Amino acid sequence: MPVDAFPAFSPTGRHPALIPLLLVGVLVMALASVNLGPVTLSPDRIFAAFTGHGDTIAQAILFQLRLPRTLVALLVGAMLGLAGAVLQGYLRNPLAEPSVLGASNASALGAVGAIYFGVADWHPALLPVLSIASGLIALMLLFALAGRSESPLTLILAGIAVSTLAGAGISLALNLSPNPFAAMEIMAWLLGSIENRTMEHVWTALPCVMLGITLLLYDPRALDALSLGEDGARSLGVDLSRTRIRLLLGVAIGVGGAVAVSGSIGFVGLIVPHLIRPLTDRSPSALLLPSLMGGAILLTGADILVRLIPTASELKLGVVTAFLGVPVFLVHLLRERRLW
Amino acid sequence: MVTITIKGISADLGRQAVLTGLSATLRPGKLTGIIGPNGAGKSTLVRAVLGLVPTLRGSIEIEGRDLKAFSPCELARTVAYLPQGQTLHWPLSVERLVALGRLPHLGPMSRVSIEDREAVLEAMARADVAHIASRIATELSGGERARVMLARALAVGAQGLVVDEPLASLDPGHQIDVMELLAREARGGALVVAVLHDLTMAARYCDHLLLIERGMLVAEGTPAQVLTAERLRTVYGVTAHIDIVGATPMVVPTGRWPKPQVEGE
Repeated sequence: MPVDAFPAFSPTGRHPALIPLLLVGVLVMALASVNLGPVTLSPDRIFAAFTGHGDTIAQAILFQLRLPRTLVALLVGAMLGLAGAVLQGYLRNPLAEPSVLGASNASALGAVGAIYFGVADWHPALLPVLSIASGLIALMLLFALAGRSESPLTLILAGIAVSTLAGAGISLALNLSPNPFAAMEIMAWLLGSIENRTMEHVWTALPCVMLGITLLLYDPRALDALSLGEDGARSLGVDLSRTRIRLLLGVAIGVGGAVAVSGSIGFVGLIVPHLIRPLTDRSPSALLLPSLMGGAILLTGADILVRLIPTASELKLGVVTAFLGVPVFLVHLLRERRLW
Repeated sequence: MVTITIKGISADLGRQAVLTGLSATLRPGKLTGIIGPNGAGKSTLVRAVLGLVPTLRGSIEIEGRDLKAFSPCELARTVAYLPQGQTLHWPLSVERLVALGRLPHLGPMSRVSIEDREAVLEAMARADVAHIASRIATELSGGERARVMLARALAVGAQGLVVDEPLASLDPGHQIDVMELLAREARGGALVVAVLHDLTMAARYCDHLLLIERGMLVAEGTPAQVLTAERLRTVYGVTAHIDIVGATPMVVPTGRWPKPQVEGE
């Protein structure tokens, strides 16, 4: 066999057209999201506004309404997609992802605490910090509960427990706070929403998401080695404890920063790797970059959908992602059932 | 050529002492078998040699250098390891799986080199799996999968190879394939250590046997020296029919020893 005939998806383990296609997808979604709104802006006006020659109305609509919303969607989606792919690889479990494991709800609980008890008013950075800290605690609790178990279902059960508890905490915190819109706000945090986001939200999420992505994309081969189990990976020179800390911090910081501005949006990290896996050699490392881009596409697309569907009050993002995600979850569970 | 010297190591799993002051020398050029009853500490011994379980006392030296002085990647490049159970969590293709063996040679961001690819192809050829290179490893039969896993360990290109129960759930034909492959690697100059349960296979293919009982080395030497009727009774608690064919003994366990007590006797 000639050397150049190896391997099939050489050398990245992905279909050669995957990354270019996803890149186009991200651009199309971003443009569609910027274009879409109650006020119709012609492409000329949008282009003029971006180059700084536009009228003030077009500029205000773009830079204060549509661009922040689009950027938040891209950042949050990218982070959730990547975090899902990384957690699935690390835990060797196709059902793992931030919301199923309870990290999203726990981060949202931290954010709710920061906002409704006035902590975020002391310093703006305290909002993501609290969100990250509470996500980190949830993940550590989860890894301690089920990280060593060989059964994928133990982990999912532990995740559901953590997620439900954090969700109840969010409801409790909002009910206790002197807030006339508590019920609405609870929904926004539990189902996620990126309505009316400003550049301030972008600046809150951006550094956290960037740091999270950097931590998660460093040394993807450690995840490949884990395909052989923990002993197999360690015997290939992977420093497991260092990998665990790096990934734990990466997920907590990235997802914590994202959730602090969007609330807990479920299933993005589950759907995206599931759709992309067949287009790769199925090794965890090949999934990371496409899942990041796919997450950005999916969440921006879902956000366009909630704006298009004519309902009395705008649909929450988590509703759309749950309708897409639960079937994927069920397919995996049914497959898993053969092993029970 | 690499020699591993184990000097009086002890190890615990949880609160249970598994190895107590065990010393042994693992030499290259011949196939070394580690045998002993369930729970004797065979797997813990080989995992300690790979730095996967911490040792409480004693030391392990590879070519005269303390194990603790090796970086994880350096150790991985020196001794390859095939754990029990043929674990594979994702449906990777055979060549992708075998290529995992090259990980200790790659930095976090570096690309796969021509040399790495050649090592993978060569490992697949040595384990006779080149013809199934594009199949999905989780869909193979047990015998094929065992050879693929071995190819993954060979692809590391290490001078030492440690395999833990490579014969589990294989039919006799595939057991012979695996043992012949290991013997070939050993006689090629590598240090090959296999944890084995099948005494007949151990006797037939190994050049050197270490018999472990309750965390201690109780006998070592050629199969004929180690596998005596007396030891099978005391260590394994079985009676056995032992035939010497050429230089190697044929061991067939025949019953429990001491015989189970019948009530009322």
